[in-house]
Amino acid sequence: MSAEAHYTPYHPRWYRRRVSVWWWLQNRAYAGFVLRELTSVFVAFFAGVTLWQLRTLAQGPDAYARFLACLGTPLFVALHAVAFLFVLFHSITWFNLAPKAVVVRLSGKRVPDWVVVGLNYAAWLVLSGAVALIVLRGR
Amino acid sequence: MQPAVTLRVTRYRPEQESEPTLATYEVPYRKDWVVLDALNYIKDTLDGSLSFRWSCRMGVCGSCGMKVNGSPKLTCASFLSDSLPGPIRVEPLDYFPVVRDLVVDMSDFMRKLKKVKPWIIRHDERPLAEGEYLQTPDQLDAYKQFSMCINCMLCYSACPIYGLEPSFIGPAAIALAQRYNMDSRDEGAPERLEILSEHDGIWQCTFVGECTKVCPKHVDPAGAIQQYKLTGAIHWLKSLLLPRGAR
Amino acid sequence: MPRSITPFLWLLFSAGGTVAALLFPIHILLTGLAVPLGWVNAPSYESVLGLVRNPVARLYLFVFVSLPLFHWAHRFRYTLYDGLQVKHLTALIVVFCYGTALAGTVMAAYLLWTIP
Repeated sequence: MSAEAHYTPYHPRWYRRRVSVWWWLQNRAYAGFVLRELTSVFVAFFAGVTLWQLRTLAQGPDAYARFLACLGTPLFVALHAVAFLFVLFHSITWFNLAPKAVVVRLSGKRVPDWVVVGLNYAAWLVLSGAVALIVLRGR
Repeated sequence: MQPAVTLRVTRYRPEQESEPTLATYEVPYRKDWVVLDALNYIKDTLDGSLSFRWSCRMGVCGSCGMKVNGSPKLTCASFLSDSLPGPIRVEPLDYFPVVRDLVVDMSDFMRKLKKVKPWIIRHDERPLAEGEYLQTPDQLDAYKQFSMCINCMLCYSACPIYGLEPSFIGPAAIALAQRYNMDSRDEGAPERLEILSEHDGIWQCTFVGECTKVCPKHVDPAGAIQQYKLTGAIHWLKSLLLPRGAR
Repeated sequence: MPRSITPFLWLLFSAGGTVAALLFPIHILLTGLAVPLGWVNAPSYESVLGLVRNPVARLYLFVFVSLPLFHWAHRFRYTLYDGLQVKHLTALIVVFCYGTALAGTVMAAYLLWTIP
């Protein structure tokens, strides 16, 4: 019997392992989960950019031109490229998990998951097209 | 054909050691053997002191859950042939206290299971003379998936939130609460919502989704919890907007 | 009164997640990449201002900024809890996350209200 073991009959010493701070690096699924949660940082980033755009819009044409120039710098292009990829990841995971959270029933029967997912993607395409049309129309 | 396969098995003998250790065993390879067969071979012929739980050998009892090569599995449903050439790593389930070797203490889960009242609750029982409570196939379909749970606790072992926040009621118990909520004969949904809206209930879940992936019975606890959140949120809105009687 | 506003914060999180999933990719693509890199011609100041003057567009932009900020607040809060195991800093994290989202919402409302 080793020195540090303190065993009392009928009162077993249970072993509990602490969860590592790096638990989310231990397997691919957990890493994917944390990556998915971190997409929100880029969502907040772009909400901030939109606020900035609105502010310069209110300040006048010069401020707005400076805003556009700033977005053209390599730093912002790189940031937006990364943000785009993360937000894309957000969209895909969000649509794919949607049928788990929202169960649609039509006359008592559960609508198959792929239909719900498909409707999400369809709405995404239609809305994206509409936004592109409206924003680019008034050139 | 591979003649033998190596198993690396976690040992923990609290009367001898203060930390789990690793033991290596060579067992003959047979293509119809599962990890549980290999563990029984070790116990019968190599080392009779190895401790693990098992009962039915056919994915019904939920006793033989362990981590096989890092993921929570029923050892009776994990074929050696899926992990060739080995070695195959066998560990006790994560996040539960280890009593001995591969045996974990499950009293935390048992307490939580009871807490969500997983039985049919009725305000008034119908007299026997009025016959049974009939259900349509659609009504059965609404909860059947959640009723498949065998309490094997693989979902707890896959849930990092349970590891970080041991008070979290957890996947299987919430799915089983949902199983009774969705049952047309049950009237206990408000009671259960009260319990599961508390701090350690549904709102702890961040939808990692691993519970659903490891479930051997396709119960989808992650889905159950998200659907429960939606129910809880709608109930919250109603309680805010509607007068008491109309809820 | 309900005891906890968690369900409400979760509703904001879900609504914001849906808005971000549906609309953010195309907006980032247009504003952050297509226009700066010259794939398309930049809409003029006047045309953007004209667009934003439309009341429907103002409502759209308000929702577009506010809800996703609350989506971030909720997700980021739990990521900090779980990823860094800093639950003891709850009060600080809650104030920072939802406070930022609230500030952004107020700012969006103010800007959209005052744009001529």
